[in-house]
Amino acid sequence: MQAATSLVPKNYLTEKQGILSWLFTTDHKRIGILYTGSITAFFFLGGFFALLMRLELLTPETNLVQAETYNKLFTMHGIIMVWFFLIPSIPNTLGNFFIPMAIGAKDLAFPKLNLLSWYVFMLGAGITIYALCRGGVDTGWTFYTPFSTSYSTTYVVAAAIGILVNGFSSIATGLNFIVTIHKMRAPGLTWFRLPIFCWSMYATSMILVLATPVLAITLLMVAVERLAQVGIFDPALGGDPVLFQHMFWFYSHPAVYIMVLPGMAVVSEIIPAFSRKPLFGYKAVAFSSIAIAVLGFFVWGHHMFVAGTSVYSAMTFSLLSYFIAVPSAIKVFNWTATVYGGAVSWDTPMLYAVGFIGLFTIGGMTGLFLAALGLDVHVTDTYFVIAHFHYIMVGGTVMAYLGGVHYWWPKISGKMYPEGIARLSAATVFLGFNLTFFPQFILGYLGMPRRYAAYPPEFHMLNVLSTAGASILAVGYVMPLFYLLWSWKYGPAAGPNPWRATGLEWKTESPPPKHNFEVTPVVTYGAYDYEALKEELQLVS
Amino acid sequence: MRSDILTSGPASSISGEYEWFFWTMVIVCSAVALLIAIILIYSMIRFHRKRDNQMGSQRQLNIPLEVTWTVVPFFAFMGMFAYGSKLYFDIERPPDNAVPIYVVGKQWMWKLQHPDGQREINELHVPVNQPVKLTMVSQDVIHSFFVPDFRIKQDVLPGRYTSIWFEATRAGKYHLFCAEYCGAKHSGMIGWIYAMEPHDYQAWLADGGAEGSLAAQGEKLFHQYACANCHHFDDAGRCPNLRNLYGRPVELNTGDTVIADDSYIRESILDPRAKVVNGYQAIMPTFQGQLSEEQVVDLISFIRAIGPRTGVEQHSNPGTVPKEYGSHKGIAGPGSSGIAGSKPETR
Repeated sequence: MQAATSLVPKNYLTEKQGILSWLFTTDHKRIGILYTGSITAFFFLGGFFALLMRLELLTPETNLVQAETYNKLFTMHGIIMVWFFLIPSIPNTLGNFFIPMAIGAKDLAFPKLNLLSWYVFMLGAGITIYALCRGGVDTGWTFYTPFSTSYSTTYVVAAAIGILVNGFSSIATGLNFIVTIHKMRAPGLTWFRLPIFCWSMYATSMILVLATPVLAITLLMVAVERLAQVGIFDPALGGDPVLFQHMFWFYSHPAVYIMVLPGMAVVSEIIPAFSRKPLFGYKAVAFSSIAIAVLGFFVWGHHMFVAGTSVYSAMTFSLLSYFIAVPSAIKVFNWTATVYGGAVSWDTPMLYAVGFIGLFTIGGMTGLFLAALGLDVHVTDTYFVIAHFHYIMVGGTVMAYLGGVHYWWPKISGKMYPEGIARLSAATVFLGFNLTFFPQFILGYLGMPRRYAAYPPEFHMLNVLSTAGASILAVGYVMPLFYLLWSWKYGPAAGPNPWRATGLEWKTESPPPKHNFEVTPVVTYGAYDYEALKEELQLVS
Repeated sequence: MRSDILTSGPASSISGEYEWFFWTMVIVCSAVALLIAIILIYSMIRFHRKRDNQMGSQRQLNIPLEVTWTVVPFFAFMGMFAYGSKLYFDIERPPDNAVPIYVVGKQWMWKLQHPDGQREINELHVPVNQPVKLTMVSQDVIHSFFVPDFRIKQDVLPGRYTSIWFEATRAGKYHLFCAEYCGAKHSGMIGWIYAMEPHDYQAWLADGGAEGSLAAQGEKLFHQYACANCHHFDDAGRCPNLRNLYGRPVELNTGDTVIADDSYIRESILDPRAKVVNGYQAIMPTFQGQLSEEQVVDLISFIRAIGPRTGVEQHSNPGTVPKEYGSHKGIAGPGSSGIAGSKPETR
């Protein structure tokens, strides 16, 4: 037995053993797994807060928790989900693991910086958890001034410092990806042969590096005003409260694209793989990612149409917001056209990807309502906005993340997950999600404001539906946690390329060896070129 | 329709246009979403993989198709942009004949002041078919004045006036919400708008005795805080003449010109050195911390009352002793004391 195992070639999981070999690893794959463990914990913590909120909203009155507690719940839900789950979700897990593999590299450009980014992330998380344990924060994840600087009595500065520290890990990751994609591509892998996954991750990294410093500046100014009473945002001290909103959204709107571009990246891999067809309009999809990253910096004002800005500034931001809708629409049409005429399988990753297209389309189209100035006035700051961004962030990004985890699970673990229960979980997530968030569009149209611990009785029925949906959604999210871990130990071996997909990561063993490839691949064909790989993959048209 | 019954549904002069646009958008977007869904589901079924080693068609580009689905959405979006902006202008620009009402938001209540002196808390009585302009300021954090059935919302900021207007078209009782998170009791910062038929409104006005109009109270403050020592109603004072000032251009010592609106007058009371009138010294002390937002509103109402009448172009005539001083319509002097508004103020 002993002799038999030693004959098996070592992979990145068996290379070294023990907890220290993980804590001091510089292997991008292991760091990806460290990140996956961390963000999974934060996802369920943030989800637990959300579930408590939904239970409180089951009745119009406040009875499960006090209004003060409810306010802390939605604040911590937002902070944890945005900065400790969504922003690192796909880049730091799947990106970390698969960018080097997709370009035929041994590792990221700066492996030690990669490990450092995880430690910095955990430090930021630790500080935020400290704020949470000391009693939480009640400002909303948006930290609007002067409430956050002069009125809140909760642990605002600790939470802000936690997020600021976390930002440095984002910057390190973004930098690492940019350099890696520029400098470490395999011979023959030109820009237009890159998988769209890399294009979108590159666009995401640009935003991470350029936008995150603005968040750091903004949060520091909040801390300075709060601790030293220096008038920056509070008019009682001579500051301007709307200045904060400009600075906050100058980061946080691009951050929306930090969250959703990686989702688009994953879906752009899954759809060709499960349609066995090249991505339709490759260049259009590639450039639309770059267009989104660039335009994303010029639309922040659309969060402030009723904040007292001038009508002409509002018109400018409305126009730019419609511009950014064009590349998003282009992507949706191209994904749809990719499926048409393919050889389509209904495996779990594909179900998640198709779910992504549907939910992202609804999220995007309701964004068209919010970009229309006159329509925004009524529905902004209501549940319409809540539903809109959850369709993008949860219906979009989380669906894509789960799709990506299933797609690459055979590569990560070397095992196949159980297909039947996985399809069931995808269907449960899709149904639960829609039941949770679709009623919220109607609530918002009817005028229910966001961040209300209690609400008038006429909104009761739709809230009951939403809470019912949330409990179904919770079941859908817990299922993969169990069957994926189960399959890691008990699942059947996957082999190098169970999907017969085209990416370079499928050319090596599952799980991959420490340095990914025994021999550096030489690339002579474009991404998703099934025609070129027809014989190697044993496919017939 | 009675004004004391909870009503729901669109009920303002802009809500018809809003509904038309909103539901047109719903239909257009649903149609496109449905089309995408049909193509996707059809493709999933029609092109379902039959053999494990099957490959799809290798078609990957169609330039006319790419151009079409770039250009068509672009023009559709431009249409949405144009109509959305048009509607926004309608929502943001008050008509000239709007009745001014002042709103002060604070954690966690709405204080509303009518020009004739009625003060209300978390309730606002207005006549139907009469435009009302709200000039709003917060005493502490940011709030937002939201009346869903009127399709209006405007953030209420500390330190700066913002405004919104509406014209109720249907008598009834409507929700008023705070829509910007403002602390512990944010969801309790709610109230009612009572839109009343004109005769009901007149009865309500008569019923609610006032402490005198806002302008009259402002006049008292004007003397109490010794404003009149420097601000004479001729050009002899050390400070600018405030008669006929309201709504007119003022030349500053920087060479710029500003309109003497609510915001400018408020700023000049609380931060007098910010914008000094050309030819005058910056000698006025600040009243920050001495006057409440309500008192500032009273003073502005007084200056408004001695200003040019709305819609009438008047030429200032400095040097003339104001004959009407103290007898101007709307300045009643010390008035009857009584319950302010429909509900006693609980401070």
